[in-house]
Amino acid sequence: MLELQNICFDVEENGAIKHILSDVCLTINDRFVALTGPNGSGKSTLAKIIAGILTPTGGKLIFNGEDITALSVTERAKRGISFAFQQPVRFKGITVKDLISLAAGKHITVGEACGFLSEVGLCARDYIDREVNASLSGGELKRIEIATVLARGTELSVFDEPEAGIDLWSFQNLISVFEKMYQKTQGSIVIISHQERILNIADKIVVLTAGKIEREGTREEILPSLLGTGVCRALTDKL
Amino acid sequence: MDELEKMLLLQVADLHRVPDGAYNIRKNGEGDGRRSTDRIRIEDRKDGHAGIDIFIAPNTKNESVHIPVVITKTDYRERVYNDFYVGENADVLIIAGCGIHNCGVETSEHTGVHTFHIGRGAKVRYVEKHYGSGDGNGENIMNPATVIYQEEDSRFEMESTQIKGIDSTDRETTATLKKGAELVVREKIYTHGRQFARTNFTVDLNGENSGADVVSRSVAADDSRQTFGSRINGNTACHGHTECDAIIMDRACVTAVPELTANSVDAELIHEAAIGKIAGEQIIKLMTLGLTEQEAEEQIIKGFLS
Repeated sequence: MLELQNICFDVEENGAIKHILSDVCLTINDRFVALTGPNGSGKSTLAKIIAGILTPTGGKLIFNGEDITALSVTERAKRGISFAFQQPVRFKGITVKDLISLAAGKHITVGEACGFLSEVGLCARDYIDREVNASLSGGELKRIEIATVLARGTELSVFDEPEAGIDLWSFQNLISVFEKMYQKTQGSIVIISHQERILNIADKIVVLTAGKIEREGTREEILPSLLGTGVCRALTDKL
Repeated sequence: MDELEKMLLLQVADLHRVPDGAYNIRKNGEGDGRRSTDRIRIEDRKDGHAGIDIFIAPNTKNESVHIPVVITKTDYRERVYNDFYVGENADVLIIAGCGIHNCGVETSEHTGVHTFHIGRGAKVRYVEKHYGSGDGNGENIMNPATVIYQEEDSRFEMESTQIKGIDSTDRETTATLKKGAELVVREKIYTHGRQFARTNFTVDLNGENSGADVVSRSVAADDSRQTFGSRINGNTACHGHTECDAIIMDRACVTAVPELTANSVDAELIHEAAIGKIAGEQIIKLMTLGLTEQEAEEQIIKGFLS
């Protein structure tokens, strides 16, 4: 489905070139792919490169056989790539229902919008007409962000730390959202996460360190070596 | 009425047909229909000015008054005075609005001076829309003035919208509030091309526990210019809030001048003003949903002014 070929991302900092990503090669075909690694390892940068928000300084992205490296964010979205922001964007005047309608790409009924909101644990009646503005908490925005990706139902969905800011609504519900989503799209879901319980559902785990893929493999191959290394914190540590 | 006039009526008053309740339609300076009801009386002015007096009986509930103005002539200027006398404890909706279609090369101009006398305990929702169109090079100018006198415990909600086609506007609103009175203003302005909009509010909170909330949201695109002024004078124990939130695009210019004066230690006054371009991350978020950059901008503006 998605193939990253020698992806590099360099930035200039104080006159020196800094390598954020170096020669990242990765094939994404599995149901759940977890991308993990220490802070600053380049995970979010890689996710933004997949969505087209950042342009790689080297390498290619091939999506379903097509070179999408030069395609805009919009064109990639239309081809079936979705992206859930780590820090969701706020909009004055745009309601939750408006945003979900825009995500679905068509006018949706209140009932349909409610369906997506219920899946992320929000009581739809309380939210449907609210503006996606600063009056919503970080956790509420995060769930609405996930609902927009659900409404799109695309072949490839990338979530940047979906659990951050999510309260005791619990990981289990978040995980069931991903599972239901897969049943519907039969595509791939890439999740950037540090959390063991999310890594636990991954079919493939990719460990990124200092802009390079350090290891990749099945959950059974990778997870045991991550536990206790500090890369992956148990849920209880965070709470 | 012809199709053009009907379109203007739809734009400024959401009218598809003759409205229910009291109404007065003014077309190119002349009356084009009027209805008074048992409780709402509309009369010509008696002081020689163009315009009407509207008398709303005390305790009138759930009634509305429509007073749209339509101008389809080029090189036409008018100044109209409409006075509203709203009786005690009435609760009514007043819909005004002016639509100009100028397909000539000369200027069309409408100056409407609306004065509201709001009786004790009365509630008024006042909706005002301004709209211009035309395929000539003539300018559409509208200069509305709104003067509001609020008696004790009255409430006046004003929704003022100018979305399209007005080349120049100078809007002046003044309000004087007695004890327990509340004023709520929601203004929305979109300017583009070389348009100019100046809007100015002056509110005197004279009565104890009176309050005002004046909020303007605007978008200035192309080479347009906007100036927003909002002056709230707290003369006793009262609460006032004014907010200007503007999106600036292209080569436009926006000036916001909030001014608060507290003449009493118990006056609680707040102002907020923010001017900025559309946040890049907002556009990117909508692009990740499949919108083009231009569609994303349109959605953000539409939402902001909705």
